[in-house]
Amino acid sequence: MKPRPLPADPMIAQLVRQARATQMGRRTLLAGAGGGAAALALAACSTGGATKPTAAPDESDTSKLVRWDNWALYIDVDDAGNYPTLDAFTAETGIKVEYTEAVDDNNTYYGKVKDQLALGKDIGADAVCLTDWMVGRWIRFGYTQELDLANIPNLKNLIPSLKDVGFDPGRKMSVPWQGGFAGICWNKEKLPNGLASVEDLWGPDLKGRVGVLSEMRDTMGLIMSDMGVDIAGDWGDDEYFAAIDVLEKQVADGQVRNIKGNSYKEDLINEDTLAAIVWSGDIVQLNAENGDKWDFVVPDKGGTLWNDNFLVPIGSTHKRNVETLIDYYYDPAVAAEVAAYVNYITPVVGAKEAAMAIDPELANNQLIFPDDATLAKARVFRTLTGAEEQKYDAAFQGILLGS
Amino acid sequence: MAFAAFSAGTTGTEAAPRRKSPIALLLLLPGILYLVLFFLAPLVSLLLTSFQAPSGFGDVGQYSYAFRWENYVEVITAYWPHIMRSFGYALIATVLALVFSYPLAYFIGVKARAWPLLQSLMLVLVIAPFFISFLLRTLAWKQLLSDESFVITSLKALSLIAPDAYFTGTPVAVIFGLTYNFIPFMTLPLYTTLERLDLRYLEAGSDLYARPFDVFRKITIPLSMPGIVAGTLLTFIPAAGDYINASRDFLGGPDTQMIGNVIEANFLVLQNYPAAAALSIILMSVILVIVSIYVKRSGTEELL
Repeated sequence: MKPRPLPADPMIAQLVRQARATQMGRRTLLAGAGGGAAALALAACSTGGATKPTAAPDESDTSKLVRWDNWALYIDVDDAGNYPTLDAFTAETGIKVEYTEAVDDNNTYYGKVKDQLALGKDIGADAVCLTDWMVGRWIRFGYTQELDLANIPNLKNLIPSLKDVGFDPGRKMSVPWQGGFAGICWNKEKLPNGLASVEDLWGPDLKGRVGVLSEMRDTMGLIMSDMGVDIAGDWGDDEYFAAIDVLEKQVADGQVRNIKGNSYKEDLINEDTLAAIVWSGDIVQLNAENGDKWDFVVPDKGGTLWNDNFLVPIGSTHKRNVETLIDYYYDPAVAAEVAAYVNYITPVVGAKEAAMAIDPELANNQLIFPDDATLAKARVFRTLTGAEEQKYDAAFQGILLGS
Repeated sequence: MAFAAFSAGTTGTEAAPRRKSPIALLLLLPGILYLVLFFLAPLVSLLLTSFQAPSGFGDVGQYSYAFRWENYVEVITAYWPHIMRSFGYALIATVLALVFSYPLAYFIGVKARAWPLLQSLMLVLVIAPFFISFLLRTLAWKQLLSDESFVITSLKALSLIAPDAYFTGTPVAVIFGLTYNFIPFMTLPLYTTLERLDLRYLEAGSDLYARPFDVFRKITIPLSMPGIVAGTLLTFIPAAGDYINASRDFLGGPDTQMIGNVIEANFLVLQNYPAAAALSIILMSVILVIVSIYVKRSGTEELL
């Protein structure tokens, strides 16, 4: 680098000379290297560990507290902003609950806490509700504590089909909180004839007006079901990538307008999309807020059923309190009270009967208390291995990102 | 005062005082510590992460330190369209912002000089959008320009666009969003230089029989160069890395994804931290190279 000639003005020239002198001497270079080394040391503090952490000791006897991280609008709230069922729980057991709407996405929540989890540290929550597949990942990595089922006698009310799941054999680490279907919905005014299957979404009259979910298991689960695959059963790369080809084609052809998470609701409201793959509970809520505008159906060839599950993070010191809390919410009367507010499917047997007493119309809503015929159509996406999850997620994200 | 002391030393060229006051160093310490903690450390961490290799039980998001330079080759092969698209969109948005901002800044800074009240009012209007969150403004545009909105249905009724045309989720929407969101960053620096523009130079130009266009090209533009450079940099750099406008949740669609969206997906969804880190390093380096070439060519190194 050739130094530029100095300006003519002597004072400026001197200023420039002085500035140059301080620029990069051997000493400053060394100091810089020292700073770099310090930064390196700091950077090395982040984790890379491959060993599984151990559970923190339980202090539930002395510390009557549960810190519960959950999704937004996922529990009963009264007009004053209190949580009636939680207040009743505290009055009954003396256990204080710090309820936080901290989860707005499985991945972002995981990204926030994973480093503490890997070290077995407290993440500031004793109970977290996450979706099946994410719970599966936590269990695989050893980030959860094993529950003492003797402390949760009401778990006998868990609906039989959820008593044993692939990601948590015997339900030792997780307990369902609420669940829902993914199916298809359409705008009744614009599409009076309605839709019956995923295939109908690909019709020429809907070009550019179809939305699908950015949740891989729901969108792919519906497309695979439509192709005749039992998504809960034994399938592999062939079936998955055949469905990927279908989605890729529909996106490339402009049939699918957009691929979104929670914000797909805005597209339905402003009618950018007239039909979409959606979550059942949202449609109940959308219809309540915007006039009865949409219809929802679980396609005959199959929709997906998912649950959000309680789990106790490895660093929590209040496991027994959490077990008490779960037991409380498995009381059918309490479960009905929550179901009346959140519009998702409760996993508690007897809640429907309890809901009859509160609101018969609610108890007959197929999206909240589905009958056996509806339930039979919905399947749980089979548990993936770590390698499959990486491969399938990458292929799906490839479509979301386009090229 | 300081200058007087200073010029005394000019006789012995390099004999200028090299005393380092301990107080000055002490005052610098918080700044240096801040930079080491919040800039240098993350940067080093990012660089190290970008070379990580899969490890542990080989599951999602498990990586350990290594020197896997192939990460860079892989992300460039997989995502070069997104990299090109980012800089393309950012360039178009910067040029559009400059074209819209220059006359505006010129009006506020030069023509409106006689009316300070008008000047301040217009400046407030330029800054006013900042009072509302960036996200909300972008979402509002998405609503305003949705398929069944007044704007789009009227355009269709007037046959100005095809009946099945739409706006949200297209490249046009993303570039529109980028231009709109970054225009104040262009207008304000332009305004500050144009506001100080010495009109006597323009008069002198006219006196020497230069046509108005020549006066503009040979006097106004060179004199406002600092503003142009600052404005384009302030627009281009954040626009190239922006991931809100192009996000599928805002104005973008699956075929408008920019490098920021790719980094987000790799980091948050795929938990492929090395790929996300490598892309960030690439984004930074490319911006650095582009900016230094630009600054060199526009002859404004003294400004930086």
